[in-house]
Amino acid sequence: MSDFNLANGGISLRADEDGNQTTDTLLEVKSLFVEYVTEFTVVRAVRDLSFTVRRGEVFALVGESGCGKTTAALAVMGLVPPPARVRSAGIWFDGVAMDRMSRRQLDGIRGNRISVIFQQPHASLNPVHTIGDQVAEVLRVHRRTTAAVARARAIELLDRVGIPGARRRERSYPHELSGGMAQRVMIAMAIALDPDLLIADEPTSALDVTIQAQILDLLRDLSTESRTAVILITHDLGVVAEMANRVAVMYAGQIVESASVDAILRDPHHPYTAGLIAATPSVGERPNRLTTIPGRVPELTSIVEGCTFEPRCSRRPDWSMAHSGEPPVSTPVPDHLVRCWLYAEDSK
Amino acid sequence: MTESFVEVLELSKHFPIRSGWFQKATLKIKAVDGVSFSIAPGETLAVVGESGSGKTTLGRAMLRLTQPTAGTVSVEGVDIASIGGRELLDVRRKLQIIFQDPYSSLDPRLPIGASVAEGPAIHHMGSRTEQRERVIIALRRVGLDEHQMARFPHEFSGGQRQRIGIARAIAVEPKLIVADEPVSALDVSVQAQILNLMRTLQEELGLAYVFIVHDLGVVNFMADRVLVMYFGRIVEQASRKDLFSSPAHPYTAALLSAVPMTKPRLRRTRIVLKGEIPDPLAPPSGCHFHPRCWLREKLGNPSRCSTEAPSLLPASVGSDRLVACHYASDVS
Repeated sequence: MSDFNLANGGISLRADEDGNQTTDTLLEVKSLFVEYVTEFTVVRAVRDLSFTVRRGEVFALVGESGCGKTTAALAVMGLVPPPARVRSAGIWFDGVAMDRMSRRQLDGIRGNRISVIFQQPHASLNPVHTIGDQVAEVLRVHRRTTAAVARARAIELLDRVGIPGARRRERSYPHELSGGMAQRVMIAMAIALDPDLLIADEPTSALDVTIQAQILDLLRDLSTESRTAVILITHDLGVVAEMANRVAVMYAGQIVESASVDAILRDPHHPYTAGLIAATPSVGERPNRLTTIPGRVPELTSIVEGCTFEPRCSRRPDWSMAHSGEPPVSTPVPDHLVRCWLYAEDSK
Repeated sequence: MTESFVEVLELSKHFPIRSGWFQKATLKIKAVDGVSFSIAPGETLAVVGESGSGKTTLGRAMLRLTQPTAGTVSVEGVDIASIGGRELLDVRRKLQIIFQDPYSSLDPRLPIGASVAEGPAIHHMGSRTEQRERVIIALRRVGLDEHQMARFPHEFSGGQRQRIGIARAIAVEPKLIVADEPVSALDVSVQAQILNLMRTLQEELGLAYVFIVHDLGVVNFMADRVLVMYFGRIVEQASRKDLFSSPAHPYTAALLSAVPMTKPRLRRTRIVLKGEIPDPLAPPSGCHFHPRCWLREKLGNPSRCSTEAPSLLPASVGSDRLVACHYASDVS
């Protein structure tokens, strides 16, 4: 089984206050699988996914719809309910095995040390409570804060995420807010307990571009100021370029390439990554035709052995090689991992 | 200037808000407010703006899918409000529309062949056999084939459904297609296929497009000219080249700078706008953009911005580039 562990190389050990050795790795996921089993088929939504997130960094999971990026992040949180089957070789959060935690232990981490922001803020907020109450509730549930203290802190948080007139606006209901403002409320709730990890699932996809710019700036500031790590789930390579330090590109449930953002955008190795970058219309030079990736994403039920991108690949080596099994993960350049037969020679 | 195909003059669409005992129209939302522009044959005009800017309403009012409150739309020199019957039907044939959502814009109970055949039948385009021929040609042009005619929309992917939508539009030999966010529901790899297809069809059939879109990358790929809308009004109208190389309106400049770029060398200093698109029931006085305007702030908040609505005027003498800003010369 191939291992997509990115932690080796560049891990610095440092001592915490008690003198214990801690690494810079905050989250480590090893060989995660998520499958949906129905009477007739098995949908293999996430296959053999391994990645690490370091403290304070923005790590992007990028891919098109149905590639498994959201499922993967939810599975890490233990939020993919049965009948889905989730298994992994281990998920460690801050050195503790999350996949072996009880429900009670998980609840101590979820929403507290790990929090999530979803794409549709209006669908995630409770329509019958004021936004101030909803932010305060987080503090009251997890920190057992008194109502008055929680309220004061909620106003501070709403102010922190850039809601003008927070003292007045905390009495607003979600329907009175625009999409951008509602997303700010979601962020206020997510950072209320000063989490170590923030999972942001397409946080700006429903927003206009000038509002998107505001929200991305806010997330970046929060991440730098409080050393909160962010897993940014997105389909938009532009957002990745602006926000992330490292990125993993997903295709049909697998990570096909992973490296620093600059390395991926400057020198994409996997034909899918290269195709995705070339297919994105930019505001720079105008080509006569956009580069396309022929065909479409495979059905996750019909995944055959071998490379899943092969039918759409413009650079496929020879047929028998592409079908001879899972492409190996190789490291053509340090810290740059590719799952592709083209680089099998470079594998060390 | 070439002879224009469509001429839109002072087009407005206001939606009354009724309230109180007698449902009196107490307020109105000016979704489109006195918009004028023209489209030459075979040209692509992109209409850009954020949600609530009125770009979709503009497209609909232009086609009379919604009755405009004021203003005229002339097609080949004829005011479409003054005609009816066969004449109007023929104008409707020449102007087609493609919608954003390829899932809800096709009748789920109609095989796609029948769906594409509706247009040619309504417009009596030849005999039954000829109409069928047209359907097959239209489907082939968009990359589908006749064997798929009996299939239903749910059997197709999002990208293929958008192809069917395009086939429906081109089956009646239109001269202009209003495309309302035709690719924003699609994944990048599929989006590129559809955009290429639309470019090819334009070259082959001499189509003009009104491309209503929020993605500036798509605008850059498709447009010849661009209208930038803010709050129901045009704030800038320019050729694609001019607009992307040197935006003349402070809003356009902010919009361009907010686009996340994949190529690091293309990144520019970002102008982050404060605040949001204002409440449509209480539009800001003077220039609608003034409460968010970075240029106004830089110029020390001149009172003219909040008192006097700027007119859409040539950026310089004789220029075909129009801009609605009192201080447009200070933008660059």
